[in-house]
Amino acid sequence: MENAKGTVFKYGDNVDTDVIIPARYLNSSDPAELATHCMEDIDDQFVGKVQKGDIIVATKNFGCGSSREHAPIAIKASGVSCVIAETFARIFYRNAINIGLPIMECPEAAAGIDAGDIVEVDFDNGMIYDRTKGTEYKGQAFPPFMQKIIASQGLVNYINENK
Amino acid sequence: MGMTMTQKILATAAGLEKVEAGQLIEAKLSLVLGNDITSPVAIKEMDKMKTEGVFDKDKIALVPDHFVPNKDIKSAEHCKCVREFAKKHDITNYFEVGQMGIEHALLPEKGLTVPGDVIIGADSHTCTYGALGAFSTGVGSTDMAAGMATGQAWFKVPGAIKFNLVGKPAEHISGKDVILHIIGMIGVDGALYKSMEFVGEGIANLSMDDRFTIANMAIEAGGKNGIFPVDDKTKAYLEEHAPGKAYKVFEADADAVYDEEYTIDLSTLESTVSFPHLPENTHTISEINAMDDIKIDQVVIGSCTNGRIDDLRGAAAILKGRHVAEGMRLIVIPATQAIYLQAMEEGLLKIFIEAGGIVSTPTCGPCLGGYMGILAEGERCVSTTNRNFVGRMGHITSEIYLASPAVAAASAIAGKIAGVDAI
Repeated sequence: MENAKGTVFKYGDNVDTDVIIPARYLNSSDPAELATHCMEDIDDQFVGKVQKGDIIVATKNFGCGSSREHAPIAIKASGVSCVIAETFARIFYRNAINIGLPIMECPEAAAGIDAGDIVEVDFDNGMIYDRTKGTEYKGQAFPPFMQKIIASQGLVNYINENK
Repeated sequence: MGMTMTQKILATAAGLEKVEAGQLIEAKLSLVLGNDITSPVAIKEMDKMKTEGVFDKDKIALVPDHFVPNKDIKSAEHCKCVREFAKKHDITNYFEVGQMGIEHALLPEKGLTVPGDVIIGADSHTCTYGALGAFSTGVGSTDMAAGMATGQAWFKVPGAIKFNLVGKPAEHISGKDVILHIIGMIGVDGALYKSMEFVGEGIANLSMDDRFTIANMAIEAGGKNGIFPVDDKTKAYLEEHAPGKAYKVFEADADAVYDEEYTIDLSTLESTVSFPHLPENTHTISEINAMDDIKIDQVVIGSCTNGRIDDLRGAAAILKGRHVAEGMRLIVIPATQAIYLQAMEEGLLKIFIEAGGIVSTPTCGPCLGGYMGILAEGERCVSTTNRNFVGRMGHITSEIYLASPAVAAASAIAGKIAGVDAI
């Protein structure tokens, strides 16, 4: 899997799926359209600033609340290459894996990385490198079963391949 | 080492004699659920699968309830997509406007969720059915698609937190106060990835509707599911709503392992309110009474959390013969058509209307800021719903205070957050 590399957008605890993609936009399920409102209620600068490859770093319980898959879909369609957090809410965690949005749990990286840092993530060895600060962190690797889903680019392909 | 109630249900559904926390399993599903927001995404994913159709047309429930009756053209297109899918696959449990209700009130009422079931739903409040002794949990649309196609889902077996409920709650203290108290105590990620296992003699003092409310909000503590043992009240509910349907009662092993244990004396609980912008920001009514007045603009009584008949009765008992404060907007939403009809027959709707409230057709509408009660800049709402996140019900500067139907009704009359005693 290719490394992720980009500029960091940093958020705090309990970033919920309502602020990631407010329900007033859920009358659409088009990824590109959803991306134009991504993070709107927590950071109205995000959509204007985000570049392909950028990385979201947050502290605990990222993606809590509604099960809307539109949330990881909007983040992925914004060009974000990886979300790093201290912990993820469980439905968001599942959804991210199922749609092929790379995520990584790493409390030390969540604490040490700041907004604007350039960060690179090596998914093969689980290492997170803060290129701005020159620091590095070991993220938690996925269990083999989830690695298979990610390697298949999501659950749908995994099911198709294993029929 | 024994298993929890949740672990026993999952072991059986996975065809295993024993499972333990952290183990990855593939389990057979009893029911797969989706709504008008999540199903269109799932249907699109299912189209990409090399599959002949759905695994079992009787074990899928499609309930358009979020933006229904259609709030705009795009929502109408989503509903059309779900309707056409249901027709194409001859889905038994598709509920059109007129039959539909808020999914988590509707499915138990229709007898579609019974003890021992393993249920996934593309809606986070799918955990509601734990009130009936089922394992049920919220998932995303891709999991829903895979569930509809294969009848299976993968799970990580959860560890557990035990909540030992004792005592009897005081008058006007409901399931909502119990669960808000618990979320205030353990936090919005206090049960992250875990099952919340409710046990104890105090459960006998909680109605089924109280239990639905408690299980419903397990997700607001980060829980994978919330679950209650099956007792006489559960059996009576099933006799009424699922007569003749077979079910299996599971009980936790005596030596089951719990990561944490709490004892909650229901008799000591007060009315509890969650302040913006997290369900864990709870205050008791005594604390609120000591604060400056918190004036409010709107009250919502409804949702998958508190739109059932007990909830409407609780609110009507406070509102009867009284009127809402000047300028107050009181919106009451019975969760299903059957509840609506029952409330009408019991005279509850008359009480709401005479008190100056409005009564809406079943919809999730305002809870998630869809329609039917959106808040303007700086407005405040006391709501019996389940989330008070930034912007959840409208403008990002608006504020939601989560409360029981009794407190919501009292607040509508007082024009500020108020307990029943203040009325």
